[in-house]
Amino acid sequence: MEAELTMMRLHSCSTASVVLTLLTGMALNVPAWAADRTNLKTVTPEEVLRTLAMHSSSRRPLLFQVGSHMLYVQAHIPGSEYLGPAASPEGVQNLRNRVANLARSRPIVLYCGCCPWSHCPNVNPAYDALLQLGFTNVKVLYMANNFGADWVDKGYPVARGD
Amino acid sequence: MLGVIAVLMAWFFLHRPFPARPTSRGDLRAAPDFSLTDLSGAKLSLSAYRGKVVLLDFWATWCGPCKTDIPHFMEMQSRYGDRGLQVIGISMDDEEKLVREFQQQFHMNYPVAMGNADLASLYGGILGLPITFVIDRQGRITARHIGETEASVFEAEIRKLL
Repeated sequence: MEAELTMMRLHSCSTASVVLTLLTGMALNVPAWAADRTNLKTVTPEEVLRTLAMHSSSRRPLLFQVGSHMLYVQAHIPGSEYLGPAASPEGVQNLRNRVANLARSRPIVLYCGCCPWSHCPNVNPAYDALLQLGFTNVKVLYMANNFGADWVDKGYPVARGD
Repeated sequence: MLGVIAVLMAWFFLHRPFPARPTSRGDLRAAPDFSLTDLSGAKLSLSAYRGKVVLLDFWATWCGPCKTDIPHFMEMQSRYGDRGLQVIGISMDDEEKLVREFQQQFHMNYPVAMGNADLASLYGGILGLPITFVIDRQGRITARHIGETEASVFEAEIRKLL
């Protein structure tokens, strides 16, 4: 009986160790997106494509690239406007200036694609700036890796140059 | 309990980060030559380094993962420079001033030049950072790393080529 209890205890300990190890592994391997802010409304590349195709130009969301100019000139989503890196004060001011006369309900999609999602320095400041201005229909284009991998390499339409 | 463990194990193996896998394309087999002026005013041509192993790093001051890589690249330059390694940094920043400040602040020990869209196009498009190429002594691209990559991966590849 005592031996059985000991075996049960040992079994429980080893099981707990396995579970603990796995939980630790899970924590260390949490995907990058888990670090995102929960209030950031996102949209997938495929959803942006459908939106661009479906709506008339007057109802289509405005697309603002808020990242690197070097990236923009190489490739950008057709119809998107370059406003400058929102991590910089100048970029945020450009964004404010651009939207100054827009209806606060106008749909806007922000994107960057400079680097892995969790490391992007631009989308959060841009998103915050628009919310602070009272915009109610703002989303960010979610790209896990970068614009190349998550848009261009998938064969989605691109424009080049300024 | 075993069921819980099974579920946790399945989650772990599905979500663990894949090690950085170098990718190569047939059209990038020979590293395209380029000629720039580095931040010190010296001419920087890839062909001048034929016979050396080159780590060609596309980066930017706003790119978090890039800045994580740079100290490792500096350390590798110090350690393997006399065995034929040459690290080259190509900044994809929009402003040279920021790059100079960064270079001076961190005492980067390898040449840094400002990139451009033409150079980016030669290398298949630099549509997200960091992107780092490993080039052998014969001027051939042996690996291309996109995004965060463990320093040990670079070091292992470089050591094989030296």
